[in-house]
Amino acid sequence: MLYDITINGRNYRLELNCADGRWSCCLDGRDFEVDAVLARPDVLSLRIGNLAYEVKSERVANDLHLWVGSTRFAVEVRDPRSLRGRTRAGDHQGPSKIVAPMPGKVVRLLVSEGDEVEPGGGVAVVEAMKMQNEIKSPKRGTVQKILVSEGAAVNAGDVLAIVE
Amino acid sequence: MAHARKAMFKRILIANRGEIAVRVLRACHEMGIAAVVVYSDVDRAALHVRKADEAYPIGAAAASESYLNIRKILDVAERSVADAIHPGYGFLSENAKFAQACADAGVKFIGPTAAAMEAMGSKTRARQAMEKAGVPFVPGTSRGVESFEEAEQVAAKVGYPVMLKAAAGGGGKGMRLVHAPEELKSALEAARSEAERSFGDSEVYIEKAIVNPRHIEMQVLADEHGNTVYLGERECSLQRRHQKVLEEAPSPIVDADMRRRMGEVAVRVAQAANYTNAGTVEFLVDHEKNFYFLEMNTRLQVEHPVTELIAGLDLVHLQIRIAAGEKLPFKQNDVRIRGHAIECRIYAEDPDNNYFPSPGKITLLQEPAGPGIRIDSGIYEGWTVPVDYDPLLAKLIGYGTDREQAIARLTRALNEYFVGGIETNIALFRRILRDSDFRDAMLDTGFLERLLKRPEDKPADSRAAVVGAIAAGLFAALGSAEQGTGNSAGSGSPAAEKLSSNWKSASRHEALR
Repeated sequence: MLYDITINGRNYRLELNCADGRWSCCLDGRDFEVDAVLARPDVLSLRIGNLAYEVKSERVANDLHLWVGSTRFAVEVRDPRSLRGRTRAGDHQGPSKIVAPMPGKVVRLLVSEGDEVEPGGGVAVVEAMKMQNEIKSPKRGTVQKILVSEGAAVNAGDVLAIVE
Repeated sequence: MAHARKAMFKRILIANRGEIAVRVLRACHEMGIAAVVVYSDVDRAALHVRKADEAYPIGAAAASESYLNIRKILDVAERSVADAIHPGYGFLSENAKFAQACADAGVKFIGPTAAAMEAMGSKTRARQAMEKAGVPFVPGTSRGVESFEEAEQVAAKVGYPVMLKAAAGGGGKGMRLVHAPEELKSALEAARSEAERSFGDSEVYIEKAIVNPRHIEMQVLADEHGNTVYLGERECSLQRRHQKVLEEAPSPIVDADMRRRMGEVAVRVAQAANYTNAGTVEFLVDHEKNFYFLEMNTRLQVEHPVTELIAGLDLVHLQIRIAAGEKLPFKQNDVRIRGHAIECRIYAEDPDNNYFPSPGKITLLQEPAGPGIRIDSGIYEGWTVPVDYDPLLAKLIGYGTDREQAIARLTRALNEYFVGGIETNIALFRRILRDSDFRDAMLDTGFLERLLKRPEDKPADSRAAVVGAIAAGLFAALGSAEQGTGNSAGSGSPAAEKLSSNWKSASRHEALR
């Protein structure tokens, strides 16, 4: 099995072969003998040589994380033979969507359509779990569109406004 | 504990949710008392409902429709024939109207009387009563300010910086620090509107701000026969946005003499209000170890476990026994402080996103155990943390012979603790516990903000990244081998699934074939 793996922004190529319950791993040309037990869903017990590790897997919003001890890694796993495992270009230019980072209620809009905003400038205030949080613009620009009204309930990831 | 007497309650209604409802429920069961709980529409699957003897729905998620609704809760008390109501903390716990309504309905409120609460609950009235009893105060107004002009005058008189505080407040709501006169107007408006929203009372008063004080509080306990004792202090200086994050007992700076002096003031405060049951007297302590009365919290505190551990007492058992009319089973001289305890408040919040609340489904939960570790938790694996309430998930408490051992055990336990699927502040506690100022007990209320401003000097662990890369492949390989369709890491919440962009899920799927 062949995987392209991105861990905290660094790319690895991993080849896995299983024989008699043991895994031969080749990671960017380095070989490891690994004994792996899926202790329960999302929890992997590893022995690499005689060094023991517990690795936990979780999904938060649309990200996959692996925890090695108390260190968290953002992970992407791709099959290099797949044509669809390519990153979409152009994510960083053009209009920025200001999204709600968590479910809650829009208690206040701090800008109107057409307003100029600075990087870090407040766009809206969202209340969740009794806390009010200011949602900020990641960049300088003009507020092109506001997609929510004060008092609206929003889910994590809902677009509040678009800044260009 | 002596076994229950004839007068002991048979059924207690717990008017709360989350970890504190579970904690009170456990005390009820330990004492052979049936636990009746209430729950809102979003809490049907909550842990306190699962563990209860009887559970009653009380309405919509909004607290005003459920956990804050006096009529509905008293209705359940009547239907369930409860003898007493434990309010926990927050919600109705410091609501004098509720305490009075309980008394009128003939159900015992486990806490102080409405009159004692009224004397204490409004910080300004508490202040007037305490001044008579010779309690030390921070300079400021003892009444709410009527107008901006009055606020200006008072602030100028006590000198900037000043602190604006909601008279009905607590938990940092309706509080604003004002450094200079030009900030006063907007701060006053913000404090008033927050106070109105949070407590239904916009009264705000002004105090001189003591910069970077310690926040130390004294636990008191009073029976209904005139006996009042103090059980030692808790150091609660580690706060963020005026919310406590980590508490410990005893305070590293309080010696036996200071403990006695603070304890005696706390007892005087309680007695001045004819206080009964458990309460906490909060003090600000300046750099010269002068202490000033801040407020009395007329409820069981979130951080009560640290006192329980060092005093060897169960405060909820004692609350229930006092409410049932028993005398305190010990005297002040019998109280012994032993060892050291530290509590971490585990919140559902995102450290990488300015500690925004992070509700959602808990996909994996591994709780620590072992020597000197206590967890008061309100969560379980597979449960979805609702968006509607305070983000406190659980409290992790470490106990040791001394502070050093308590820190060591807590550090070890934090490394065992794993909550998957939602963001938590667990990593923040690892950082606090290894901080050299924390280890030297150099604490004040500005500690945490300073810590968070510093970049985290965590060495990059290249070995861990290699292990992570191998594990990522093995999760994919083992998941596809054992489950056919994908590894279990793919079982996010429906919302997360919806959010997941198409190319990512598509590529993940293909990678797992």
